[in-house]
Amino acid sequence: MRRYILQRILEMIPTTFGVLLLTFILFYVVGGSPARTVLGQHATQEAIASFNAVNGYDKPLFCGNWYTVDAIHHDTAGKPELAFPLGPGTYRFDRPAALTLKRTDGSEIRREIGRTETTVPEGWRLTEAKGGYTAVERRTDHFFDSQLWHYLCNLTHLDLGMSVDTKQPVITVLKEGILPTLSLTVPILLFGSLTGVIFGLLCAASQGGILDRGILFVSTLLMSVNYVVWILLGQYLLGFSWPVFPIWGYESAYYLVLPVLIGIVSALGTDVRFYRAAILDEVYRPYVRTAISKGVSRSRILFVHVLRNSLVPIVTYISLGIPYLFTGSLLLETFFGIPGLGSVSINAINSADMSVIRAVVIFGALIYQVVNLLTDIAYGWLDPRIRIAA
Amino acid sequence: MTSEAVAVREPNLWQRLWRPLSTRLCLILLGLYTLAAVYGEVVYRVAEHRDTVAPYNEIHMGSRYVPPMTVVEWAEHTLPDGTVVPARTHRYILGSDNLGRDVLQRLIQGARIAFHVGIVTSLIAIPLGVLLGCLGGYFGGNVDRFVVWICATVSAMPGLLFILAITMIAGKGLMGIYLGIGLTTWVGVCRSIRGEVLKHRDRAYVQAAKVLGYSWPRILFLHILPNVMHIVLINFSIRFPAAVGTEVFISFLGIGVQGEPSWGIMINNARARLWQGIWWELTFVSLAIFLLVLIFNHLADAIRDLCDPALRNRKA
Repeated sequence: MRRYILQRILEMIPTTFGVLLLTFILFYVVGGSPARTVLGQHATQEAIASFNAVNGYDKPLFCGNWYTVDAIHHDTAGKPELAFPLGPGTYRFDRPAALTLKRTDGSEIRREIGRTETTVPEGWRLTEAKGGYTAVERRTDHFFDSQLWHYLCNLTHLDLGMSVDTKQPVITVLKEGILPTLSLTVPILLFGSLTGVIFGLLCAASQGGILDRGILFVSTLLMSVNYVVWILLGQYLLGFSWPVFPIWGYESAYYLVLPVLIGIVSALGTDVRFYRAAILDEVYRPYVRTAISKGVSRSRILFVHVLRNSLVPIVTYISLGIPYLFTGSLLLETFFGIPGLGSVSINAINSADMSVIRAVVIFGALIYQVVNLLTDIAYGWLDPRIRIAA
Repeated sequence: MTSEAVAVREPNLWQRLWRPLSTRLCLILLGLYTLAAVYGEVVYRVAEHRDTVAPYNEIHMGSRYVPPMTVVEWAEHTLPDGTVVPARTHRYILGSDNLGRDVLQRLIQGARIAFHVGIVTSLIAIPLGVLLGCLGGYFGGNVDRFVVWICATVSAMPGLLFILAITMIAGKGLMGIYLGIGLTTWVGVCRSIRGEVLKHRDRAYVQAAKVLGYSWPRILFLHILPNVMHIVLINFSIRFPAAVGTEVFISFLGIGVQGEPSWGIMINNARARLWQGIWWELTFVSLAIFLLVLIFNHLADAIRDLCDPALRNRKA
């Protein structure tokens, strides 16, 4: 068993790396620097460059020894000049240039350099550079001093950046949102699976009968209604026309009844059809025929023999929904004013707060990895065949 | 076996779909939806070509919130550029919205956008999934390991949020939706194709083709792929309604379609007035989405039952 668990953990590594790489490509390589969104459209070149420098957005993406500093400004004559003073570090220009370095106490040195690099010591700033250069490059601390490296380092420190909208560390935002989200999603998963399995069993028990066909028909209807429509319909009927439930707030368990109800009903159609198929898959197995010929009662076959064996696909199906317990329901939370991760995400989307969206996406993907691992371990524990095969 | 028995051809998939009343009805309704979408496309293109305000965007402040089937007299008025629009009567078959725009016209535009989304996302996701699935299933080894790794990585992403993030990075508008949905939903078809190709790889006809010295692209795409095409059809019939539903969701949030009446935008627009008894816009949009998705769900079931005999015993 220990070997099996170890093997699963080793298998998890490439996928986790893939997830980190994919989020990195999406948010850093394609998405680029959020400087304009954060600082506004009228931000100066200096402000953007210093934002990028502070947050590491100007570093090379994957690896490299030099990276370009976006510090060149062309004057009216078209000659290049530095848009802002450069801090300590090692620089090189692509053409010879005359440099002026200034110290904080006012002293000055001038240096003529060719294409070789020059180092600005601590406490000095490179304030002027004259010449026909077109690019300024800065040396990285080491070959892997890149955005990817810093991204991974920050993740291990749980440093997910600052939320631009709420001016709080993203990790705090996530921590505050997780409890309301779970209080909404856990009941939905529990009661939803329970109701789904019950209807699935009812279908299987009366396979081909009126009840089976009726439930199947209604399930197909239910799964065709759009999620947005479910919420509007639920709020209108049970919150407005017949006001039994509050439609806004997060004060007591009673406020959660309607969203939980909507969450269950909207998923019920798909669930019932899946559970029915999973249960009927078992009905034609030889062991069921044996049980029938032994004279075991119909209900005992269905509820004891068949249900137990069809639990494996059912548990798999339910476990696929577990990661979404944590990322929450985007619309339900927004519509009912539940301050969970779903409404946090929607707010972040509305205010283009990329660091929060990024954090929730990464968080969801990593939770998925963990849940996958736990599900695999549970299988190995439940089913010796899987354990031995591995 | 008599000669007549040999001459009877097995009905193809379309004939078998056409025979039962329920699927025939679905196909007819789907045809009507397609016609509406094509009509919407023509209206959109004509308005774009003439550079005029399209009929679905015409604002008539005098006839706001008009219930369905009302006939309204539009008075003569002059446009800012000087042209005089003569007085005319207009029947709001499905009522009007908060700016006096025709709900029916907007509904048709919504169908146009829904078809765009369903088709374009399929054109992105299905070739991607089929290609990767074919390669992984046929070659096995490291290629397969790579395909499985990519699939596992993409499927680990939290679905809707991942789509929303891609949409935001690609920019608001239809392109973002296409990319968001298209680039995230190919995993399903990739996995099924891979599994199916894996089964076919060692069949006699593939062995024979290999013995004949055919190149691998020829074996893979001309011999094996046609035998697993039914998976593509099933996947299309499942993904189309899913893509429509996701588009409604994204546009409803306001980061989807801009300036054009998508169904999601119409729902968002109509929901505020529902409490004041303006029921028609929301009702008709919901019904339009519901019916389209229902048609596809039913067709998907029927196609799956026809293509996959192993599943047939589950059918009631």
